Amino acid sequence: MNSNGFAIDVRDVTKKFGSRTVVNHIAMQVRHGEIYGFLGPNGSGKTTFLRMLCGLLRPDAGSGQCLGLDFRTQSGEIKKRVGYMTQRFSFYEDLSLEENLDFIARIYSVPDRKSAVDKSLERLGMTERRKQLAGQLSGGWKQRLALSACLIHEPQLLLLDEPTAGVDPKARRDFWDEIHRLAAAGLTVLITTHYMDEAERCHRLAYIAYGNLLAGGTVPDVLKNAKLTTWEVTGNDLPALAEKLRGKPGIEQIVAFGSTLHVSGRDETALRESATPFMTGAWRWQPIPSGLEDVFISLMETAKDNFS
Amino acid sequence: MRFNWQRFWAIVAKEFIQMRRDRLTFGMMVGIPMLQLILFGYAINSDPKHLPTAVHSADNSIFSRTLVWALRNSSYFDITREVQTEAEGQQLLARGQVQFLVEIPVDFSRNLLRGDKPDLLLEADATDPTAVGFAISAVNSLAATALNRDLTGPLMKLRASPAPFNLVIHQHYNPENITQYNIVPGLMGVMLTMTMIIITGLAITRERERGTMENLLSTPVHPGEVIIGKIVPYIAVGYIQVFLILLAAKFLFDVPMIGSLTLLLIMTFLFIVANLAVGITFSTIARNQLQAVQMAFFFFLPSLLLSGYMFPFRGMPVWAQDIGECLPLTHYLRVVRGILLKGNGAAQIAPDLWPIALFLIIMLAIGIKRYRQTLD
Repeated sequence: MNSNGFAIDVRDVTKKFGSRTVVNHIAMQVRHGEIYGFLGPNGSGKTTFLRMLCGLLRPDAGSGQCLGLDFRTQSGEIKKRVGYMTQRFSFYEDLSLEENLDFIARIYSVPDRKSAVDKSLERLGMTERRKQLAGQLSGGWKQRLALSACLIHEPQLLLLDEPTAGVDPKARRDFWDEIHRLAAAGLTVLITTHYMDEAERCHRLAYIAYGNLLAGGTVPDVLKNAKLTTWEVTGNDLPALAEKLRGKPGIEQIVAFGSTLHVSGRDETALRESATPFMTGAWRWQPIPSGLEDVFISLMETAKDNFS
Repeated sequence: MRFNWQRFWAIVAKEFIQMRRDRLTFGMMVGIPMLQLILFGYAINSDPKHLPTAVHSADNSIFSRTLVWALRNSSYFDITREVQTEAEGQQLLARGQVQFLVEIPVDFSRNLLRGDKPDLLLEADATDPTAVGFAISAVNSLAATALNRDLTGPLMKLRASPAPFNLVIHQHYNPENITQYNIVPGLMGVMLTMTMIIITGLAITRERERGTMENLLSTPVHPGEVIIGKIVPYIAVGYIQVFLILLAAKFLFDVPMIGSLTLLLIMTFLFIVANLAVGITFSTIARNQLQAVQMAFFFFLPSLLLSGYMFPFRGMPVWAQDIGECLPLTHYLRVVRGILLKGNGAAQIAPDLWPIALFLIIMLAIGIKRYRQTLD
């Protein structure tokens, strides 16, 4: 199968659990060497989609290729070329770091296992902790171990399912630096996350809610296509203002950010009309660019109206 | 802090909700007492009657027929076979197809009438002393009076007590009625059943419960590699148990070891694998480790009670024997006792080989069919 320069190129991917459609005709194209962010609320089908890509779940419909292999019929071959990092730590807590890595290296039939394990320990700075049991590691170290185990067989594609959940900011930044280094070396990375700062570090994004793909592209594309207008309000007694604005036509989101209020909506005219009576004295209104989070929440609200 | 009724009721209510959600535990709480009630109430009988008995009668006379009739009438003996030679009868005893063999010698009636007190030989498979104990005491008391009906007229003088013939009882395989000889080899099967099923039952559910299964399934590993890979280490563990029990049997309990140990170890392999297959199958069904242990217990209890380990197999009603025949432990117990105490060879244990093999094939088929390579 021709890969057309895409590491992942799938269409109409659908998965049902009983009568519930968890992933609904999703298409995705990820280029080689790209870091592709996959966002969406909890239960939106991100994990299910990743699991279908690496053969853990059988899709009900869909077609396409993953690393040049048919993702529905060649999952055995795909598994050999993919590193999948689960949401929950899924290595053996009663095995040491070294034993875990050695086990994974054996499962993937890595040539020259010993040096692969050593190299992997060294790269992640865990050489002196090699005998420690994985269960005794802190969250950040567990995440590093999981990443290094996913990489031991030198995969061409990394599927990372919320890899940085519960990890401190420093460890998260180190993690992302590593991801960028790997991508620069040619590895393709598909990563799910809830963090907006992480979304902004991806080359391209897809946003999924209730099983449907709602937006995609680069961060500026997503922001531009959302056509969301946002005003920042400063002044006295903002909670009272928020109460007054809530439910007015055109006003879709009112979010407190410290001592400011962000008011946004898709219908710019309606928003302005509703806001005008309050643009006086105590309150100062100022248009600002919408943030990714505002956009995603707006997308999610729309999706709720359309699909549920 | 004072005892607060509201807090207390919060805990009680929560426990009930959780109990209701966990169907299997709830089923255990109701099912185990029912199972025990039925097994102990109806199936278990420590005074077994209707034991299969073979008769080798070299003397076809009214006396021998009366004796056979009297044995049957005692309700302890069911005459299931009439054999032509003594060797044939011995073979039936060795295979465990009959519990007793009655030998009526040539010229029994002639010697009886002469007042020469001929021997009447009752050979018993006494591997399990409790299985034959009551029957042997019954036959002793019946011997004295059994022939009285036929000893009329001029033969009245033969009615004297003790009996007009010598009742000779040969208790084979365990002549001293040492319970340990029966229990210790049997324990090997019981231990293997319990530990093998629980250990492997946990093996796959643990991966699922800890989330490591998801990781394993995302690798190129094949289901056969996982299942066989998980079984092999426990085969080794099973053999360690077998060696420990055999050593104890030999040096602590002086259990005779007449047959071939090699044959025993080969049969043990089949039995261990059969039990591991049960465990693997359970672990593909159970959702967590607790459920796997509960299922193992559900299997273990009938195995313990209906296999003939704790209570004589032939003391149970037919339906309980039928269930027992389906369990690998029942057949393994016959094999172990047969090899160690009776010195049985391959020919004699063959009838117990195929039920274990059949059980293994069925369990493996279910296990592999149920093992899912995806998380669907």
